[in-house]
Amino acid sequence: MSRDLPIVAITPFPVAAAHELGDAQLRANLGRATRTIRDKRARVVAEVADWEPMRDRAAAVKDEVLDNLAELLARFEAAAVAAGATVHHATDAAHANAIVTELVRAQRAESVVKIKSMATQEIGLNEALEAAGVTPIETDLAELIVQLADDTPSHILVPAIHYNRSQIRELFARRMPGFTATSDEPAVLAGAAREYLRRTFLAAKVAVCGANFAIAETGSLVIVESEGNGRMCLTLPETLIAVVGVEKLLPRFADLGDFLRLLPRSSTGERMNPYTSIFTGVTPGDGPQRLHIVLLDNGRTQVAQDPVGRAALRCIRCSACLNVCPVYERAGGHAYGSVYPGPIGAILSPQLTGQDAGFNKTLPYASTLCGACYDVCPVKINIPEILVHLRQTGPKPAAERAAMSTLSWVMRDRRRWRIALRAARSGSAPLRLIARRHGGTLRRAPWPLSAWTAHRDAPLPAAESFRDWWRRTHESS
Amino acid sequence: MRIALFVTCLNDALFPQAGIATVTLLERLGHTVAFPAAQSCCGQMHANTGYAAPARQLERLTEAAFAGHDVIVSPSGSCVAHLRAHTGLPAYELSELLVDVLGVTDVGATFPHRVTYHPTCHGLRALRLGDRPATLLRAVKGLELIDLPEPEQCCGFGGTFALKNAAVSGAMLADKCANAAATGAEYLAAADNSCLAHIGGGLARRPGAPRPIHYAEILASTGAPS
Ligand code: SF4
Repeated sequence: MSRDLPIVAITPFPVAAAHELGDAQLRANLGRATRTIRDKRARVVAEVADWEPMRDRAAAVKDEVLDNLAELLARFEAAAVAAGATVHHATDAAHANAIVTELVRAQRAESVVKIKSMATQEIGLNEALEAAGVTPIETDLAELIVQLADDTPSHILVPAIHYNRSQIRELFARRMPGFTATSDEPAVLAGAAREYLRRTFLAAKVAVCGANFAIAETGSLVIVESEGNGRMCLTLPETLIAVVGVEKLLPRFADLGDFLRLLPRSSTGERMNPYTSIFTGVTPGDGPQRLHIVLLDNGRTQVAQDPVGRAALRCIRCSACLNVCPVYERAGGHAYGSVYPGPIGAILSPQLTGQDAGFNKTLPYASTLCGACYDVCPVKINIPEILVHLRQTGPKPAAERAAMSTLSWVMRDRRRWRIALRAARSGSAPLRLIARRHGGTLRRAPWPLSAWTAHRDAPLPAAESFRDWWRRTHESS
Repeated sequence: MRIALFVTCLNDALFPQAGIATVTLLERLGHTVAFPAAQSCCGQMHANTGYAAPARQLERLTEAAFAGHDVIVSPSGSCVAHLRAHTGLPAYELSELLVDVLGVTDVGATFPHRVTYHPTCHGLRALRLGDRPATLLRAVKGLELIDLPEPEQCCGFGGTFALKNAAVSGAMLADKCANAAATGAEYLAAADNSCLAHIGGGLARRPGAPRPIHYAEILASTGAPS
């Protein structure tokens, strides 16, 4: 198993989550941040009258991409090459890292500036570059915070959501060259980071980015961002390397409009994102003179074969599902053991790696199936449905399997079911006496129900089942 | 009207009051209730825990048990949602039956207590019950309906989630219980005894907190001491 993929959980979700729950500061930071952003999202989404039809259209366009993946990739490649780009195909993470490392080496660059990109995190590009002696420098403010802290991101859009500003000031003072500010005002901290980054941009020869969308019709890449640092990376260095998941395609340029409306409202609660960069190939004398596009598969074509699970590939990484997820809000992003946390991570990571990788098989159970994620997803991914699908197709404990078949066998026959109800009732009769003291519930139950009573009282079988009541009152005469 | 009752396995075994209340209420409104005895479980628990084959057997069993009935009612939002997604049965959650099919919003109940209502995830998102239950409760004589803070937040039950992810489930439950207690209500009502068992189990450990009750029991109540 390729353990080093940053989309493989090395700890079971319940264990990792219980650990994170112990961090009161983390819970406070997360609770405040997700509540603010989900309220903001709800407000700006409510302003759009045709939000629902727009979600339907976007989902249909993404499904069209999955239905015609090979053909659209070929079309994209032809258009991008015609515009002067070089296109590479990477089957997996190691392959993609090797391609990028080789391209950076060819430019004799000692460092690269990076635009925030999930694809490069998914393949562990930063670690691969460091191993090859190249220093990657994240230019997204939150990503930079995480990098300086030697930490891993905990949110797709706000990777440093688990930090508050005094923690960030302390970190900058320790790790950012030339940092002198004493205040922890957000503007002061952002200003300090900007000065540091500007020096970095001017010296960079190579930039690495991802893409939010790749347009098959024109061979264009699209990047949306809110800080403008990405635009510096896209214009100043001589060489630009884009690592793009194959599912990022859109068939036509005209499809972009809906997505540029759906994405910012869903992710940051803004009506429009501050910077949208669309670039196609190279232009002599203007911007990067070498554009390399690495099309990343890493499990995606495999996922696209699954009739239910494939919808996860519609994802545009807006992170709305994280912000409404009650499990994410308590457990935090690190509990998912992947660069893709929250509801989308729970369905994407185990599909990309296969459920046998590490503890990714625990991720489909990291949900109550409450459905809040499906409600907000701009491309209408039915996340609860895919979670259940993965539970049904994934590995399961033998004891549980036996218990479930037995229970179903008992329930399938009215005589067996009636006997079981009566047995449960008489078996629990002594407990009912103890329970009476707390209004009829049981405070401490024996194993396996002890897991339930660790957090809550347990109900007891009723003194008379419904069907016995019915027989007594409606059939005895 | 002749209405078939799907009582659900959980209500049959642990919470018969919800089924009894549903029958009492519908009979009081002048309807005939049928209880097909071949029913047991809709298969939701099996399906959601990952066991498709036993779930499918239970879904088929339920379909056979209710064959020929034109209107099926159940006092469980999540089971109705499961039946709708996996069988062809004409199943209604109690408030849907009352408001949409029977056209009643005042069922003539009396319940002189302060009540708060938890909408439950399946009622809220799978069935889109909206304000149907609240409308019915508001018409109950003597009842004071108090808003629950953060009503749409999941209580943390999620079937086997409560056991498999006990720590997170416990944290969600703690927040739900704190919100329920903050209302100062005497009762916390909901349309699903699975969520109520979970929340009620948490409330039982907080002195003075509201008591869990299925809203069918409120609608069936005539204020007379039982
Ligand atoms: S699954 Fe949907 S809501 Fe979640 S990040 Fe992807 S697009 Fe956004």
